[in-house]
Amino acid sequence: MSVPQYRKAAALALVAGLGLSLAACSTKSDDAPNDASGKVTITVDCQPVGSQKELLKNWNDDVVEFQRQNPNIVIKSVSVGEQCNNPPDFTARLAGGTVTDVFYGYMTDLQQVLDSGQAMDITEFANKDTVPTWDSVDPALKEVFSDGGKLYAAPVKNYSMGLVYNKVLFQQAGLDVNSPPKTWVEVRDAAKKISALGKGIAGYSEYSAGNTGGWHFTSLLYSQGGQMLTADGKKADFNNATGKQVLQNLKDMRYGDKSMGDRQLLQWGDLLTNAGAGKVGMFIGAPDATQAIVSQFRGKFQDWAMAPLPGQDGAAKGTLGGGEGYFFKKGLSPEQVKAGLKWIAYQKLTPGKGQFDYVRAKPQNYPVGLPQPLLFANGSEAQKQELELRKANANVDTANFAIFEANPVPIKGEPRNAQAIYAVLDAAMSGVLTNPNANIDALLKTAEDKVNKLLAAES
Amino acid sequence: MAITTVPGTRREPGRPASPYPAGPQRTSLGRKVRDNLTGHAFLIGAVICFGFFSWYPMIRGVVMSFQRTRRGVTTWVGWDNYDRIIGDPSFWAAWKNTFYFTVLALVLGYAVPFFVAILLNEFRHAQGYLRILVYLPVMLPPASALFLFKFYGYDPSDAGLFNSILKALHLPTSQWMQSPEMTMPAMVIASTWMNMGGAVLIYLAALQNIPGELYEAAELDGAGIWRRIRNVTIPQTRLILALLAMLQIVATMQFFIEPLILANGTGAEDSATSVAYLIYQHGFFQNDLNGAAALGVIMLVVLAGFSAVYVRLSSKQD
Repeated sequence: MSVPQYRKAAALALVAGLGLSLAACSTKSDDAPNDASGKVTITVDCQPVGSQKELLKNWNDDVVEFQRQNPNIVIKSVSVGEQCNNPPDFTARLAGGTVTDVFYGYMTDLQQVLDSGQAMDITEFANKDTVPTWDSVDPALKEVFSDGGKLYAAPVKNYSMGLVYNKVLFQQAGLDVNSPPKTWVEVRDAAKKISALGKGIAGYSEYSAGNTGGWHFTSLLYSQGGQMLTADGKKADFNNATGKQVLQNLKDMRYGDKSMGDRQLLQWGDLLTNAGAGKVGMFIGAPDATQAIVSQFRGKFQDWAMAPLPGQDGAAKGTLGGGEGYFFKKGLSPEQVKAGLKWIAYQKLTPGKGQFDYVRAKPQNYPVGLPQPLLFANGSEAQKQELELRKANANVDTANFAIFEANPVPIKGEPRNAQAIYAVLDAAMSGVLTNPNANIDALLKTAEDKVNKLLAAES
Repeated sequence: MAITTVPGTRREPGRPASPYPAGPQRTSLGRKVRDNLTGHAFLIGAVICFGFFSWYPMIRGVVMSFQRTRRGVTTWVGWDNYDRIIGDPSFWAAWKNTFYFTVLALVLGYAVPFFVAILLNEFRHAQGYLRILVYLPVMLPPASALFLFKFYGYDPSDAGLFNSILKALHLPTSQWMQSPEMTMPAMVIASTWMNMGGAVLIYLAALQNIPGELYEAAELDGAGIWRRIRNVTIPQTRLILALLAMLQIVATMQFFIEPLILANGTGAEDSATSVAYLIYQHGFFQNDLNGAAALGVIMLVVLAGFSAVYVRLSSKQD
């Protein structure tokens, strides 16, 4: 073959190869919803990652057992990382249409999922036939995942925030671990004493980046009796005395008392890393924050306890409640939706199975006994069963959460478009935590303007 | 005998005669493709890649910037997204920060590599090792390099690396990324350290192309080092300097990873927000892909202006 012919052949081979590669890229998944044998296949995300060996084994065991009990259903698990919903990844999957058939999301994600056009109405499928404990699931949680009377997700976790505190640091600072602060004034006093221990310890620590600042601002505002949006949801409602009090408390602790440590602009993992290292006296969080401190940030369960969220002068007027659920991708067949609900029922909503398999979790040292996930309505049959199992298998000292459980604070849900609003409020939180001369009025006014623009654009 | 030429086939001086017969078919598309089959075949691959991964997303971005998607329904909204984005207080903060970063990066990130290259060029021994040393930070993944700065260099406590140096020198310490005033300089320092290796090598290559006689002549004329730099080095590397400046402007205006890692996003009171980060925030945190697209188009237009200057300079060099 002459040189030019050889080149031509090579070029044609290159083009053919490229064409094949592109064709291969564009090939859709071969996961047909129903195969020839009549089996229904669904893809489900949030499978634990490989490094979480025991959790992954539990999940895989659950899949095997579920498929044994439901021979006509095939579960294909997909792992999307250690954090099932990292907002940027989640947004990319939604926008790219690559979410799994049944996909994990936060309660705050409903609006985004609806806007993406990926949400399927599952109202007619969610019932006792598919989820035997459905009538026991807290109706308020179903409401959070509903819009216009239609249900779009099955709730699988619910939490409320309180004051998480380090008992070891409390003792070292001469504070009573059985009498944690009840008001923000008491939090300030305790934080001063803890930070006086030195060694880079923050008496109280707070978020101000990655949307977590706005998330905690909301909870702190609720504790003051405030609300993020007006009743009609059309305007911001935090630029007032309650909002100012939230930021003033933080500014006073940060620069007046110098009890919040030097490192700010913290987001979720940053604060918990410091907490795991024994450098944080108090912070606000959900009960499972202690679980993360232990499992991901090398802390010890016995060091941590929890109290209700403090109020300004007395008990908190409210606390933030949030949670997670599983959405269903638009376009699934009724059989697939039913199969997905059955899987969620088995893995997430059945006492003694999946996430409630406390007998399995106890020897694995996954915490049993935390006052979470608060899925079932008070007095319901499922709640009774779950509480009994939890009590019988507790491997954490439930006394550490006794004060939190004995003093419930009214739970308020997250605002509409929560993640977008949280992103805006990060700036107000970072302002008072990094600038000793921060103008609280100006910070709140800027945040208010931004949120109002955001809401106007949504409506 | 008179010589007749067929239009389009006239032989240019010095160019060999075409082996193909002249005639109307000479200009047909099919013939042209067949004439250059190899070239066209190779071109197809590039066109497909650019088409799929560059041009289509760009066109899609422009289209999206005039649309709004709600409840899975996309509607045309004219300039609404642009109005909203420009009305966002962070929009102006982001542009201010971006220009500030670009200017600082130009002063620091442009001058420092040039002088490092001049210095390296003066070394007669171990130049290869020194080049590797200078280039090493470029090989470090940017995220790792920035985490080093974040957790060790810019730790705001007295235990931080830079603060302990400042303290040892009896100078006031800094809050670094937590100070709105220091955020930008701190990001530029980290960025310059990470990226200057590449620029140093390019400058070094340009410097080594300068004929040695020019320096010898200058020395004979009694020129000192600064005069040699001013009158020989800078004029001889003028075009490279100009091109790198343009490239640097276009690249630094898109800075993103520095605010993302060093400032966890927006930094203190929007002091770290760059235009590229604001696009990311709208798209991935605020459920506003259309607003992000509008901001992307605005950035494209601004960068296109700088790129036009770059293209003009490139053609001058040719």
